[in-house]
Amino acid sequence: MIGLNHYLVLGSVLFALSVLGIFLNRKNLIVLLMAIELMLLAVNINFIAFSHFLNDTAGQIFVFFILTVAAAESAIGLAILVVLFRVRRSINVDDLDSLKG
Amino acid sequence: MEFSAVIFYLFAAILLLAGLRVITAKNPVHAALALVLAFFTAAGLWILLEAEFLAITLVLVYVGAVMVLFLFVVMMLDINLEQLRQQFWDYLPIAALVAGLLIVQMILVLGGETFGLNPPAPKPAGYSNTKELGLLLYTEYVYPFELAAVILLVAIVAAIALTLRRRAGVKWVDPAVQVKVKREGRVRLVNLKPQKPQAQSEEDA
Repeated sequence: MIGLNHYLVLGSVLFALSVLGIFLNRKNLIVLLMAIELMLLAVNINFIAFSHFLNDTAGQIFVFFILTVAAAESAIGLAILVVLFRVRRSINVDDLDSLKG
Repeated sequence: MEFSAVIFYLFAAILLLAGLRVITAKNPVHAALALVLAFFTAAGLWILLEAEFLAITLVLVYVGAVMVLFLFVVMMLDINLEQLRQQFWDYLPIAALVAGLLIVQMILVLGGETFGLNPPAPKPAGYSNTKELGLLLYTEYVYPFELAAVILLVAIVAAIALTLRRRAGVKWVDPAVQVKVKREGRVRLVNLKPQKPQAQSEEDA
């Protein structure tokens, strides 16, 4: 029988996988954005699993808003990426050091 | 093992493999396509959890809009892949340590835990998940809903404003000027006196 713990473990493994992705793809800005999307998906799986097992629709409403904000975030993120590429001709994170941080 | 368990394990395996491909693919286009697969299988899992509306939304909004945007951007940019892949595996030990710790901790905490929640009884045949979400969204959550709409509007304006580029030497008309054009500015009526055609026979002769 598939219980709540199966979904929670699946979500956490997916989350850990995207953390790994952020470590590995630390130079490639596009794949970093994709790893963030994957993270949000893992969180959404948790929300939906709890919503199902608690029989409470509020969790699904929350996922709805997360999807909205994530769509806005990736649209603006990609726009910034395009502008960045026009200026620097590169999306390498190592090249983005003009602030000397 | 019952059928839904088989479906769950199959979809979970595909989801994790697709996630692995997203973070290890050499070509960002392949990563984006693997992410599409991950979203599709996650939508399947959500349908298994009786969240039909959100599953369809995930496919329509994420696969249909966001991932297409990702693919557009990936294919538009001329990326030096060799440079981005340098020292790719350098941080693997520490990354694997962090991710492994995360997974082990989560499994220790959540693995056997059901929080006293048993799978609820299946919903009756005429139940509509979309209707219930809509009822809740337009009554109790109407204020956050409008805020979400504003956020989307801001995203649209920001994305266009950021990427808009004015090129020099392009012929274009200011729409404000174009709308204000009056008939008098463009058409001039000229009063011409009627003229008799010259008799040509004299010249010919």
